Amino acid sequence: MTLRETLPILGFLIGAVLVSLFVTSNVVLNFLVFTLILAIAAQGWNLLGGYGGQYSFGHAAFFGMGAYVSAILQQRFGVNAYPAVAFGIAAAALLGYAIGAMVFRAGLRGSYFALVTLAFAEVLRILANATEITGGAAGLLISLNLGAGNLQFADRSSFLILGAVLLAFGMLITLALEKSRLGAQLVAVRENEAAAAALGVDILAVKLSAISLSAALTGAAGALYTQYFLYIDSNIAFGTWISVEALLAPIIGGAGTVFGPLIGALILQGLSEGTKMLIGKIPGLDLIIFGVLLILVVRFPLHRIPGLLAARWRGKGTP
Amino acid sequence: MTGQGRDPAFLAVRDLTKRFGGLTAVSEATLDVREGSITGLIGPNGAGKTTLFAMIAGFEQPSAGLVLLDGEEITGRKPHDLAKLGLARTFQIVQPFAGLSVRENIAVGAFLRLPKRRDALALSEEVGQRLGLGPQLDKPAAALTVAGRKRLEVARALATRPRILLLDEVLAGLNPSELRDFLPVLQDIRAGGVTILMIEHVMQAVMSLCEHVHVISGGRIIASGEAAEVVGNPAVIEAYLGPGAAQRLAAHA
Ligand SMILES: Nc1ncnc2c1ncn2[C@@H]1O[C@H](COP(=O)(O)OP(=O)(O)OP(=O)(O)O)[C@@H](O)[C@H]1O
Ligand SMILES: [Mg+2]
Repeated sequence: MTLRETLPILGFLIGAVLVSLFVTSNVVLNFLVFTLILAIAAQGWNLLGGYGGQYSFGHAAFFGMGAYVSAILQQRFGVNAYPAVAFGIAAAALLGYAIGAMVFRAGLRGSYFALVTLAFAEVLRILANATEITGGAAGLLISLNLGAGNLQFADRSSFLILGAVLLAFGMLITLALEKSRLGAQLVAVRENEAAAAALGVDILAVKLSAISLSAALTGAAGALYTQYFLYIDSNIAFGTWISVEALLAPIIGGAGTVFGPLIGALILQGLSEGTKMLIGKIPGLDLIIFGVLLILVVRFPLHRIPGLLAARWRGKGTP
Repeated sequence: MTGQGRDPAFLAVRDLTKRFGGLTAVSEATLDVREGSITGLIGPNGAGKTTLFAMIAGFEQPSAGLVLLDGEEITGRKPHDLAKLGLARTFQIVQPFAGLSVRENIAVGAFLRLPKRRDALALSEEVGQRLGLGPQLDKPAAALTVAGRKRLEVARALATRPRILLLDEVLAGLNPSELRDFLPVLQDIRAGGVTILMIEHVMQAVMSLCEHVHVISGGRIIASGEAAEVVGNPAVIEAYLGPGAAQRLAAHA
């Protein structure tokens, strides 16, 4: 990974700081923070789905794990927010590893893998809805305790910077993966498992590394969600909505690229908010629009654009 | 016949059997591959050649029998473990990473022994040049011709720095001039210290490359020996041309 390769990520961070300095509208800031949370969750999905070709329909499991574990530790056990968030991320990674160990060892691929991940997320949602420690159906409210020491901020622009730093970190991990042996092996698994195995790729180990990393990043998005909204319930944390958006954003913005998840999240949220403003809030309208968008993207591969730009960017300096 | 113990073979296959339900694709196959040799495995279509390779390389579990590499039993080990031990195979039906460039394809093999990207890409370039893929290195693998894809199969396997290469019909579908270019490449690989076991239908290539040939038919090894000697063997002629063919040929001569 060279400095030049990280420049676009640096540019994104600087842009985010500038926006946080000059944009004062709460509506806009709220939109951006929420988009960043989505983009981080989507970046997690992208590691496993975009690079590894393993299309999970249940990334809500990891998002919810990150959100709930950090929330429960803070609210029920009085743990400080920073270690609570770290534990939330670790728990999500562990869950990813455990689910991976079961489904990949069983050799599940393609739509079977997608369905089983969806089932795991749904089971967790039902459990979270029924148990006491999670607050059950009423959800879990985090006590307001403003201050950087508690990772709670009164102003949205601080969250914007926090989200941008976290996403930039996710992008750096993705970029480092792209340039690493693990990344090459992961892409090889996506392209052809038999050929990869013949070349010495330990398919199971590569998939397990990928799903753990992927789950950690999506779990971080969940923990950030908790800090920002200070409230979660089972339908938010383990709901299908986040599985769908974490998957759609990279596919629309460019699966298997560093910037794809962010671009996709901006498009998804932009459309969703735009229609809300124009037509008003109609339940399910988002999904209809996302569905149409997905069909368009699959039909016209506009999502190649970031990849092509990246190729051009890389190609510039080479002799 | 096998010389076991006296002169242990580099790759030794003992009574290897594979049953697919009622069909016995490979039946008690026993063969040796001497270190540093180019050894041929020939036989009619459906004889069980690819299945034998698949068992040796860990892609199919044998129903019975043993495989030994350099004296160590490797029967039924995972393909990636065998690759680490230095056993690499190519696929008869080529399996390129279609979405990746030729260079990236070869690099996946190179990464096996070289953890650093820079080193893996350097080896990838070197192997690609050696296999005559230099001009195509940055093209997508999907854009290669049949001959190019066969070369890519060999290049990727070679980039894992194997001790033994199992080549499954890498010369099939090449035109005469491509064939002429490719034979020295294989000899060069062997000269580099890599033992080769190759399945091949192109007899001209078998005769010029292989010092030793095993013939498989109906899942059984029916003959083993020097190339020239084996192709004159009546059992082999009958395996290819049908019962009685050897006699008819002899009568003609
Ligand atoms: N996975 C499988 N399941 C069932 N039968 C199989 C399987 N693989 C191979 N066979 C059968 O085993 C026999 C041997 O097949 P194999 O591919 O090993 O032959 P081959 O010698 O490589 O032939 P060719 O020269 O056509 O490549 C054939 O009858 C084939 O149909
Ligand atoms: Mg075959």
